[in-house]
Amino acid sequence: MADLTTAPDHGPAAGAHPVDHTHATATGVSNAKLAMWAFLGSECLLFGALISTYMLYRHRSVSGPVPHQLYDIPFTSVSSFVLLMSSLSMVLALSAIQRGDEQRCRVWLATTALLGATFISGQIYEFTTFIRRGMTIKTNVTSGAFFVLTGFHGVHVTLGIIMLLSLVGLSIRGKIPQSKAEVIEIAGLYWHFVDIVWVIIFTIIYLIP
Amino acid sequence: MASTPDVVDEDAALAAEAALEVRHHHPSDRTYILVALALGVLTAIEVGLYYLKSNKSITVTLLVLMVIKFVIVAAFFMHLRFDSKIFRRLFMIGVFGASTLYTIVLFMFGVFHV
Amino acid sequence: MALTATPELGSGAVRPAPRFFKRPRATTGVGSWFTSIDHKKIGILYGVTAFTFFLIGGFEALLIRLQLAQPNGKILTAAIYNQVFTMHGTTMVFLVIMPMSAAFFNYLVPLQIGARDVAFPRLNALGYWMFLLGGLFLYSSFVLGGMPNGGWFGYAPNTSMTYSPGHNLDFWIFGLLILGISSTIGSVNLIVTIINLRAPGMRLLRMPIFTWMTLISSFLLLFSLPIITVALFLIMFDRQWGTHFFDPLGGGDPVLWQHLFWLFGHPEVYILILPAMGMVSEVMPVFARKPLFGYPVMVFSGVAIAFMGFGVWVHHMFAVGLGPVATSAFSVSTMLIAVPTGVKIFNWLGTLWGGSLRFRTPLLFAIGFVIMFTVGGLSGVTHALVPADRQQTDTYYVVAHFHYVLFGGAILGIFAGIYYWYPKIFGQMLDERLGKWHFWVTLVGFNLTFGPFHILGLQGMPRRIYTYPKGMGWDFWNAVSTFGAFVIAAGTLIFLYNVRRTDKLRLPVPADPWDARTLEWITPCPTPEYNFLETPTVHSVDEFWHRKYTEDDNGRLVKVADSAQFIERLATEDDHIHMPSPSYYPLVAAIGLPIICYGQVYRLWAVSIVGLLVMISGFYAWAIEPGTEPPDPDELDGVGGGSHGAALELPAEGDQAELGRGEPVSVGAGAADAGPGPEPSASGSGGASGGGDPALPGGDTRGVGEAGFPGDPTLSVDDVDL
Repeated sequence: MADLTTAPDHGPAAGAHPVDHTHATATGVSNAKLAMWAFLGSECLLFGALISTYMLYRHRSVSGPVPHQLYDIPFTSVSSFVLLMSSLSMVLALSAIQRGDEQRCRVWLATTALLGATFISGQIYEFTTFIRRGMTIKTNVTSGAFFVLTGFHGVHVTLGIIMLLSLVGLSIRGKIPQSKAEVIEIAGLYWHFVDIVWVIIFTIIYLIP
Repeated sequence: MASTPDVVDEDAALAAEAALEVRHHHPSDRTYILVALALGVLTAIEVGLYYLKSNKSITVTLLVLMVIKFVIVAAFFMHLRFDSKIFRRLFMIGVFGASTLYTIVLFMFGVFHV
Repeated sequence: MALTATPELGSGAVRPAPRFFKRPRATTGVGSWFTSIDHKKIGILYGVTAFTFFLIGGFEALLIRLQLAQPNGKILTAAIYNQVFTMHGTTMVFLVIMPMSAAFFNYLVPLQIGARDVAFPRLNALGYWMFLLGGLFLYSSFVLGGMPNGGWFGYAPNTSMTYSPGHNLDFWIFGLLILGISSTIGSVNLIVTIINLRAPGMRLLRMPIFTWMTLISSFLLLFSLPIITVALFLIMFDRQWGTHFFDPLGGGDPVLWQHLFWLFGHPEVYILILPAMGMVSEVMPVFARKPLFGYPVMVFSGVAIAFMGFGVWVHHMFAVGLGPVATSAFSVSTMLIAVPTGVKIFNWLGTLWGGSLRFRTPLLFAIGFVIMFTVGGLSGVTHALVPADRQQTDTYYVVAHFHYVLFGGAILGIFAGIYYWYPKIFGQMLDERLGKWHFWVTLVGFNLTFGPFHILGLQGMPRRIYTYPKGMGWDFWNAVSTFGAFVIAAGTLIFLYNVRRTDKLRLPVPADPWDARTLEWITPCPTPEYNFLETPTVHSVDEFWHRKYTEDDNGRLVKVADSAQFIERLATEDDHIHMPSPSYYPLVAAIGLPIICYGQVYRLWAVSIVGLLVMISGFYAWAIEPGTEPPDPDELDGVGGGSHGAALELPAEGDQAELGRGEPVSVGAGAADAGPGPEPSASGSGGASGGGDPALPGGDTRGVGEAGFPGDPTLSVDDVDL
């Protein structure tokens, strides 16, 4: 019976590697990580619905300026690049904590939050520009779909930033040592997912006519 | 009660895989940076394509690039490539489920002029 | 086992985080119900709350039937009728069947897989409180201007501000959003629990069938709820922010609402029926003393139903005018989904065939389920034929169909589960005679109520309309139906009387009262707080049964052990079982959500912000508190007693390490024999390797299945976890 109970990340086998300390589970994968992936699978359906709504309403507006008339593609491209780089800093944060470098982890986490905040600022600037130029959420169905989709995404990013800053705070208080690297990993999964959604949004909503 | 020898099942296989994962390389920082650079390049290409006169193949290319970026982030940054397949499956159900269902809905609205 | 050195912490010292409230510790008493994170208590909370809503929804049904008993009824105005039938449907779907299923998911799944609790106990509590508060939020509309009145399906543009001014629908929108979050949380929890917390030897295809149906339903919830979430946000934006998503004048399309709603709505009906099917699949083998016929097929057909269930939603829209291609494609897929469903019916029959049948109440309800659900399924098959459906749409024929599958199916199945698992949950047996009366009265009343709907529907009586004129020829069957509704009510009263009487009599219940088959029955009745003394090791499907019986060469049952011999005894102090601590914070966090929603209904952003702050502070406090509290200094020599639930929260050094850390101990602990047995000294020394070792003090009595609880001892006490 003892042999069945798999705790793959314990004991001699895992000795060489900074231990994940995943809780021992029937499958060997961590509960929290599994939960996050399940949640992300669910989020695909959420963003899928929003993206489809935009695709449906892309050309159905009756009046008013539509997003395509107002896009500043260079600006949004820079924004997108910033968000992509934030994924890099996120994964570097994880890499740092897996090595046991709490300080560096904090730096990269803060960087990620900063890049995310930059992205959000870009969004806010973009939105206010659109609104000033006469396109609001209720101008027409295209603008509505645009704002709801990017708005939902922006809220997700913002929640991510709050989460990252909380992790920085906890790390400063010593609550995130190397053995708890998984917490960073799980936060990272969320963050990368939000980035992936933007990859899709940028192409479908901005780039494709 | 003696150990049950027949419990070499999918769960144990998954667990063994997870054990292996721990011993697998995590990609190095260098790899991550290279991946990020690749993403940057792909984005630049996408934006470049935007400025060309749009036609069907440009659109298709943009979509393909989008998928490539998606896969790269998921595989490397989200570690799906190196992780237990259970995560991959969960996520793929979401991705393929969403893609299929919503494509069907959009078809019914005549969005794809086929 | 005195308190030994505290485990290593990241910060190097034990410093409990500042907390505003002392961590609750009691696991008994009224207050403990508000702070409990025990899956069993949460299951009971879900069940009692759901049953209360069942009575309310039933009352709404009686109002409907009173109004329709005669032509030109004057009991309810049209406006009130719209509220009543909307709330009847919304209540029965979201506040009765789903949470009633959740009650059983929560209570049974950890027991059926050999775990001590679900993967995320506090998250579990959060899900319940959100459900309760969501239901209360929905019903608060009664005193706040009027209840939702757009039907349970909320079709646009009827639900737009133009046609539905007032707050009725805003309560519906936000109420459902709250309930959706609750169910999503629950489904994530159950998926992780079932995949990750199974006891050693419990392969997926050895799990009890009810657990399988739970897993499948949870996946359905996980992937369908986001769709209605989007739909609800879009209609909310239309109503409150002036968008035009479903407003044709603004370029919107009301049909989008229907697609989004039914993309959720169809998987939803499988979410409603699969748990009851799981219950019936557990009951029948026990009362036929035969294994479930074709267990793997039952599993795969459940999976098939779920998968295909995402591919049939347009059959709710056959009359919308989507064109022949779409309608025929979905007509075919709808016919196909009848196949795995039919397979299940035959497997139930196969289970009974040749069995040694004991016609006790659970079996009666189970058989009632099979027959009534088949009737409902047959009318469903007629819906799959598009030309037939064109006639049936919006008539009482449809109402007949879904009541046969939902009441004749889900509700009867749930009652089978209630009678069957009552002794396990409450340590009492419901009276058999009263149970049989309940069944027969309900069955007769149900058929009298809903049978005539087939006829009325085909005669053209429209649904969702508050009255009908004289001279249509509908009077007689409407009167019969109303009579039938009151017969159902009488049956329900019999059940309530049964419950009350049972509670008062407090007769002792034998261990293993039904001679059951699955793992949950290995624990005493009612289940003790810690579930299992030792995590069982599983060798087959129907593990419990195979410990009692084997078959001789002729295939005859041979008893090998009396269940009394191995049904677990109750734990004592020496067993050193550690359970995660109760917590206020799920309730605190949950309270924030309806506050946010009230703010949105009334466009008072300040209120919403207050709600958001309440929620966030609840979550932060939750994240900071450890899954299990270190022992109260007052109890250091303690064996917790009294209000601590009988010596179960032991302040031993392994406290931080409680659940989830079985194996290393087992490996090193010389637990060479039976499973992760409690061998205090062995595990204590064998596994220990320095301060915070997961070596459990008094014998890890939890095996692999226990993971998910916080408390890796090398982590800080103030665990950031769920």
